[in-house]
Amino acid sequence: MIASLAEALDRMTRVGGVWGALLVAADDGLVIAEAVMEGIKPAAVAALAASLARQSGIASEATGAGTPRFLHLQGAAGTLAVMSAGDGLLLIAVGSDEMNVGLARLEMLRAIEVVE
Amino acid sequence: MMIDELTSLVDEYLRSPRSLAFIDLAERLRREGRLEAAVRVALTGLEHHPTLSAAYDMYARILMDIGDLDRAETIWRELLEREKRHVGALTGIGGLYARKGDYDSALDHLERALSVDPADPAVVQALMRVRRAAEDAEGDATSAPASEQTLFRGLDGAGRGMLLADRHGQMLGGRLETPAGDEVSEPAAAHVASVAREATRTADILGLGPWLWLTIEAAAANLHLSAPDGRSLLLVVRDRSMPAGRLARLAERAAETARGWLGEQVL
Repeated sequence: MIASLAEALDRMTRVGGVWGALLVAADDGLVIAEAVMEGIKPAAVAALAASLARQSGIASEATGAGTPRFLHLQGAAGTLAVMSAGDGLLLIAVGSDEMNVGLARLEMLRAIEVVE
Repeated sequence: MMIDELTSLVDEYLRSPRSLAFIDLAERLRREGRLEAAVRVALTGLEHHPTLSAAYDMYARILMDIGDLDRAETIWRELLEREKRHVGALTGIGGLYARKGDYDSALDHLERALSVDPADPAVVQALMRVRRAAEDAEGDATSAPASEQTLFRGLDGAGRGMLLADRHGQMLGGRLETPAGDEVSEPAAAHVASVAREATRTADILGLGPWLWLTIEAAAANLHLSAPDGRSLLLVVRDRSMPAGRLARLAERAAETARGWLGEQVL
């Protein structure tokens, strides 16, 4: 499973514009597995993405929309995508502002199948 | 283009941090709603230029955006003690009075500012806004709530799935209901302000640039959060049948409407 997960994260990083892919614990933002380009700090990405996911979850519940499944934060110079991977896990893709979010999302779904 | 301009301002500031470049950079950061960064740049600049009126005026505007009206007013009054005809200070104090609903004092200060610089577009626009607000206040005390209810009128789902809040989580307009029909506007406004702060922090630290929008696909609905301007937040919520691209376009139309409405408000 570890080799499959590494392959799945590696496939995510081959999507255009993706700088890194990570599997993290949702509650504390600790990294479980990662494949990131040089210069990307996995611990920071994991902690911030998990925190954003938690806060977004509270807001989503408050609106009656329920539990978030996928987040997409678009910045002027970069993109962050976070997907719930079940069992208290989050799958994260971080990349440039031109990151192909659609393809990244497909690879994230494939990666989740490996996690499950 | 906007990013290039900001980068250029940052570069200029970093090349010569003791120059006056900090004024344009702090003002730009203020307009983008990056108020903590704006304060840092302003205070650093004031250390090097402790007598520069323009810098104090700019710092007071940042404080006003933060909501620290008392300190903003103190700075502008000190400026007016030194320069009785300082246009920025007169305009700023006019805006403060308008916020408090004291339109007579607001108009008095703004008209004094206009007499100093009749061509200053910021003064002219502020004066027009305050005059309209004063007329509305005289004519109909309930005009503000009516504006809030009709803010997004004409847009799909305006009465139940669009919310405008300030950066502190205070409701400005719109209405949000759960899929079951319960109104949740005020708690949702408070929560989206927290999400926006987290988004700002995340984007800053990860080098993603200023965040433009956040979409949340949830079990029962999709949410789209954006910042129509540096001081407000817009949340659009639709059921999951609306594709993300269409939701984004709807949110952009709502943001345009919100910007228009905000521009008509008092300072």
